[in-house]
Amino acid sequence: MELAGIKIDETVDITDKVCPLTFVKAKVALEELEEGEILAIRMNDGEPVQNVPRSIKEEGHQILKLLDNSDGTYYLIVRKAED
Amino acid sequence: MALTDDQMERYSRHIILKEVGAKGQKKLLDAKVLVIGAGGLGSPAAMYLAAAGVGTIGIADADEVDLSNLQRQIIHGTADLGKAKVKSAKETINAMNPDVTVHTYRQFVTSENILELIQDYDFIIDGTDNFPAKFLINDACVMAKKPFSHAGIIRFKGQLMTYVPGEGPCYRCIFKNPPPKDAVPTCKQAGVIGAMGGVIGSLQAMEAIKYILGVGKLLTGYLLTYDAIEQEFHKVKLPSHTENCAVCGDHPTITELIDYEQEVCTDGLK
Repeated sequence: MELAGIKIDETVDITDKVCPLTFVKAKVALEELEEGEILAIRMNDGEPVQNVPRSIKEEGHQILKLLDNSDGTYYLIVRKAED
Repeated sequence: MALTDDQMERYSRHIILKEVGAKGQKKLLDAKVLVIGAGGLGSPAAMYLAAAGVGTIGIADADEVDLSNLQRQIIHGTADLGKAKVKSAKETINAMNPDVTVHTYRQFVTSENILELIQDYDFIIDGTDNFPAKFLINDACVMAKKPFSHAGIIRFKGQLMTYVPGEGPCYRCIFKNPPPKDAVPTCKQAGVIGAMGGVIGSLQAMEAIKYILGVGKLLTGYLLTYDAIEQEFHKVKLPSHTENCAVCGDHPTITELIDYEQEVCTDGLK
């Protein structure tokens, strides 16, 4: 899969969760990846888009892009940092 | 093994922590901790370990639940009176968290059984109430190279220290030998404030959890004391590993386990 020209290694959908499980589910998915791999996280507009990117950044991962899917959801594209 | 959705939710407050994460939570789920004594210390220790998702918890105790236990031994309830403490403890843990496998040993530790009891566990919690058991647990853990948390409580005071093989003094480095029989009152004679077990036993659970996670500093080389009357904690630095310790020194004189004469604090002894 490719999003906005970026090759995606794994995707996770957190639109079925509410805070803080949105972040928890994304964090667990990131821990499954190897350093440097790319995760696309599908999330709802509103609270998740406000908070999840910040929490992931605080963990040291690199935010590459936030894509508006124009259906009330976004894809956050993250490169995994080392553990 | 990947965490289930339920586990992700149950342990979410752990997973969010940078120091834990899914990786740390899996370490907890894979860990095995033995709690010796299901009393004032062992109750909160075992319950916090169970809630934290420590995957295998062993409980060793030969006693039955007595009415005079219930002021502090919170893993047991009024409906458990007369029941084996290990059975009552197992029922409480099973009700708390189905992720935990509980192994019960309805026995007091002795020189005969302790090495076999501790051999399969990663960390041991001394929640006993008498000096012979405390020295026995120390010596066995030194010999078997097992980390353990020592603790003791009496009246309004409590203390704990952690032994990790090769990383500091053992209990016997500091305390040498059990005091003479009757020189020190048991908690049956002296009394103990119930919440003291909660404070110190929870700190023991914290030591075990941090050891499993490999996070932060442990009470190796330190004795933490708590005085509830003065409301003071003191972290006392201990002498580093003593070369002449009778059990963990360079030339140990104690090479076999000793059963000191028991003066057991069996409140409710019938």
